[in-house]
Formats: sequence, C-alpha cells, structure tokens
Amino acid sequence: MKIHEYQAKELFRKYKVPTLANGVATTVDGIIAEAAKLKLPVAVKAQIHAGGRGKGGGVKLAKTAEEVKKYANEILGMTLVTKQTGPEGRLVKTVLVEEGCNIAKELYLSFIPDRATSTVTIIASEAGGMDIEDVAANTPEKIIKVQINPTTGIKGFHLNQVAFGLNMPKEVLKEFAGVLRGLYQLFIDYDCSMVEINPLVITGDNHIIALDAKLDVDSNSLFRHPDIVAFHDPNEDDPLEAAAAKFNLNYINLDGNVGNMVNGAGLAMATMDIIKQVGAEPANFLDVGGGADAEMVENGFKIILSDKKVKGILINIFGGILRCDVLAQGVVQAAKAVNLNIPVVVRMEGTNVEEGRRILKESGLTLITAKNLADAAEKVAEIVK
Amino acid sequence: MSVFLDKNTRLLVQGITGKEGQFHTRQCVAYGTNVVAGMTPGKGGQKMDGIPVYNSVREAAEATKPNASMILVPPPFAADAIIEAIDSDIALIVCITEGIPVMDMMRVKNYLAQKPQCRLVGPNCPGLMTPGECKIGIMPNSMGKAGGPVGVISRSGTLTYEVMHQLTEVGLGQTTCIGIGGDPINGTNFIDCLTAFNDDPETKAVVMVGEIGGNAEEDACAFIKANMDIPVVGFIAGLTAPPGRRMGHAGAIVSGGKGTAEAKIEAMKAAGVHHCDNLGKIGELAKKVF
Repeated sequence: MKIHEYQAKELFRKYKVPTLANGVATTVDGIIAEAAKLKLPVAVKAQIHAGGRGKGGGVKLAKTAEEVKKYANEILGMTLVTKQTGPEGRLVKTVLVEEGCNIAKELYLSFIPDRATSTVTIIASEAGGMDIEDVAANTPEKIIKVQINPTTGIKGFHLNQVAFGLNMPKEVLKEFAGVLRGLYQLFIDYDCSMVEINPLVITGDNHIIALDAKLDVDSNSLFRHPDIVAFHDPNEDDPLEAAAAKFNLNYINLDGNVGNMVNGAGLAMATMDIIKQVGAEPANFLDVGGGADAEMVENGFKIILSDKKVKGILINIFGGILRCDVLAQGVVQAAKAVNLNIPVVVRMEGTNVEEGRRILKESGLTLITAKNLADAAEKVAEIVK
Repeated sequence: MSVFLDKNTRLLVQGITGKEGQFHTRQCVAYGTNVVAGMTPGKGGQKMDGIPVYNSVREAAEATKPNASMILVPPPFAADAIIEAIDSDIALIVCITEGIPVMDMMRVKNYLAQKPQCRLVGPNCPGLMTPGECKIGIMPNSMGKAGGPVGVISRSGTLTYEVMHQLTEVGLGQTTCIGIGGDPINGTNFIDCLTAFNDDPETKAVVMVGEIGGNAEEDACAFIKANMDIPVVGFIAGLTAPPGRRMGHAGAIVSGGKGTAEAKIEAMKAAGVHHCDNLGKIGELAKKVF
C-alpha cells in the first residue's frame, strides 16, 4: 500500500530522519494558512501516489505569499498527469507546503527487499534528483548496492559502504549514519516494500535532509499496522478496483474491451495473454480465487458489467475442488441475477465438466460454450470485433 | 520414481483443526496420503477423523515421526509455523498459506539456510502431488496421471492444474507436480526442482510454468543450459500485464523494467527450452518434444 509524501515524512520524523518544516491542507485557504507559518520561499507540492509530479506541473516554488495563493489555486483540484498516472491523470485533493533549504548536493537513497537474496537492499547514488532507472541504465557505476541480512540488522560496515560509496564529506558522516539507521528501522518496523528518497540532500551547512519521500508498505502486513491503514486515501483508488476489493476479488482495470473472469492468478494472466494473441484486448485482470464459488462469480459479473468498455466476456474456470457443475450453476444463477446483456463465452474444464456444460446449455441463457482455451479466445475476439 | 514425496511420506498437518485444515486433510487422506498427525496449539489430545492432534510440532514429531508437514494456518502465524517445523527438522515443509508478509519470509529463509536437511515448498502454493502415491496440499484429487514420464513445476496453482490436465489428455503421466508458489520469497525454487527431476531416472521431460516478476526463470534457464540432460517445455504468463501492478500473486509484478515476460521468454529460448506461446497447446507441445 502506497502512502503520500507528507505521511511518509511523518514516519520519517518518528525515526529522526530530518525533513523540512511543512504543513498539509486540502483547501486554498488552508494552504495559505499553513504557508504563513513557514519561512518563504516554500515548495507547493501536489500529494498523489505517483512519481514525476514536478515535470507534470504539480510542484512549484513560491517566493511570495501571492505566489503561494496562485500556485495553491493552480495545483489544488488540477488533474495531474505524470508518466506514472497514465493519460487520465490524478485529481489533486491534498497539497503539502514546505520550507526550502540551501542545497549543496543531491543524492539518491532507497531501501527495498531483495527477493533473490532475502535481504534488505540499500540502493544509493550520487546522481540524486534524477530518474534512478535512467542512472542504472546509463551509468551503472554510479549506483551502490548494500545488502543487509535482517537476522543481523544494519551494522557499522554497512553504513561505511554506503557513506564512502557516496563520497560523503566527513562533516556529515555521523548525521548520515543516523539517517541510515533510522530508515532501516522504519523499513523493518513497518514491513516496507520500498522507501525511496530522491533527492536526499546535503545542505550548505552540512546537514542531511529528506527532500522527498516515497513509501510503500507490504499489503500482506497491514494486519499489524493499523496506523498505515489509517493513511489510506480513497481518492487514490480506482473505483472499480475498490468495489472489487470489497468482494475480496483480485481485480485490475485495463484498457481493452474483453472482460474476463478466471480462477487463479496465473491462469488469469495467461487468459489475458491469449485474448491479446487472438487480436483483442483484455478489459481487466480478474482472479476470483482458486476456490471460487457461485457468489464470487456473481460479484465478478457485477464488477465486469460496471465497466462500460466491456463488449464481451470470457469466463475461464478450471474446476478442481469446486466442481464444474457447481460452478456452472453459479454462472447461470449469477447471469440471471445481474441481468446479463453482453455475450459471454464460457470455457470450463476439470471435474464434472460434462455435467457443467449441460447445465450451461440448458439454462436458457445465450452463453457460448467453448471447447478449449484457444477456441474460447477466438470466439470472444469474434464478438468484440 | 518421483521427487520429494511418495508412498513412504508420513504427513503432519499444522492447523489441522481449522476449516481449511480439516477439509484438505480429508482430501489428502482420500487421495491416499498417510497423514500421521495433526497439530493445533491448545487442541492436543483431540482427534480429527482418528488422526491424533498435538499441541506442538515437537510433540507430534516425537510421537509419530512425520517426514513432511503441510501448513494451513492464517498468514499472521504462518511464518512461525514454518520455523516451528524447521526446528523439529521436518524434511519436507509445505506451506499453502497465502498472504505472509515478505519480512517474515525473509527471516524464515535466512533461518532455513542453516538447516540444509529441511526443504520448504511455498508459501502461497497448491502443494505437491506424486500421482497415484501421495498428495500434500490443495490440488484437486482428480488431477494427474500416475507413472510419469513428465515432471511439472509451476509458480501458479490453476496453471499447474491446467498443465496436468493437458498432459493427461495427450496421454502423458507425471512423476511429480510441484507448485512452488507465487510469493516473491519462497523456499524451493525452479532450480531445486529441475535438479531433482534431472536426477530422477523416471522423469524424462519437464514442463516449467513461470510468470512475471523477479528473475527466478532467468536463473533457471541458465541452469537448464548448463546442466539439464532432459528436455524442458516452458510457458510464461503475463505478457499483457501492465508494469507496476501486482497480478494477484504477491510476486507477480514488473517493476523498474525488471521481471518482464519478454525477458523470461528470451531466456528460455536462449537456453534451448521449448517455449510454448499458447497455453492451450502446452500438452501438445510436450507430447511432440517427448
């Protein structure tokens, strides 16, 4: 689960990672009032869960109170489009105002879990303020990686590797070590899947400041982090995805027009791939779970049908422990309950498949039965053409 | 022959008295698996369908000498359950549970490294099946055809069933089918399974099903190129997955341009793996290759 910059900075302060004085508001008057408590100039920063805000016009430097008002009006309520939001952009509802500082050097610093080595990996670079993926691609020698085994935790030599790798001036070493220790502890305590600061700056008077903050918490760990759950911002949710989450469905909204409903994440991905292979585009990813039942299928239908792009639906269910006949009954019952008015192709395989197909056929519904996966994809592609 | 489990497997079920635990224990018993014990803290002394239940893995291990454990406990307690099984030197630990925090698995994995006598499969996996002999996990009992000659390895549950079904349809049996799980950090990986299949005299070919995220498939391909004596058929799910989104499985995510299906398919082709670009035809391709 992603959180906003201002929320991440709250956590930073808790772990003694230095940030600048700031304030958050959701109205223009509020922004002006928060800015009035700070020293000018201030940065006016849109709070959305996407990178590239500066380039998209969501971050401005205000030198006067008039400029604060001007930028607050511009940024609040704007639809901010960045390379991470997609073309539809994101509506800005919250704004952070923050004091400036005298920047001597910009660095990049992040913590991520490394799946191959089961360590917490620090990635750091002197090329701060830039897109780290570009730095990695063009000048990989400028990237330092230090791996920390969580059973030992962060040690002095880890700190040295990062600090010397970044050519840190002597004067800031102690403060920098504190920042690294604080961020490591925050990372562990909050089950982070990413903490990124770009840029982390060294000021003219040799202090370290986290100018930006990006933080992502492992969704599987939320049961033990009620304070992170409280940070949830519904404004950032895709409405269909939020509705699906309420039904415990794994749903991702995509751009195509073939809705699909599958049991199992791997099979769902493979089904999307096969739809594309026959020249159509999937409208979504929807995994109703390996043990899907009639109610899950009905909820799945509801979500797919509320996506107005959908012109045809492909259901691909591999009946295992839950038998095909039971699933077929579920599909029929759900189709009747939701007043289905879009062509549906059903591919069903597994235990009791003949009985399942018979139920679909005799349901009186215009369900199109496919004999295998390839056939199903072609049939649905034909419908949406 | 088979790998990891067979008719001599003696299974302990951790979390046997829960709803899932009871259901899947009964399914395993119905399949023919020898379930020797169950454990649920606080339920020691009870019986589940005649299977003795213990308060701890240690007690169960001393009393019934299991050589495998199946873990069906909720995510907040699952990492502890794995560590408890490792502590009792259970040889094969299969964790079905989905939703274990990555940080917990990181600690488990580092602890597991100190115990080479233990193998963990999963978490977030459907388990393993040696058709006709033994099943540990939640794979449907109707799946699979005994006698080999194909070994199956997959990160996804339903894709494992799909592959087993198609192999059976074209007349190819399976030695052992292994779901290694969809989490970013798991116990047994592709290379462990490939090594075991390569050493198994009855496994004559392997079907390997990967998906986006991480680079386990790329590592496996390097291994295949250098070491495998038997043919490998491969499939990768997620060509159409948008970057930065978790596709159901916690581990199935393309991030920072890494873990793409394209890169994995390239690696397969470069390693001489028979790559199948159409999931519907994986059985046919395996037949042809075999």
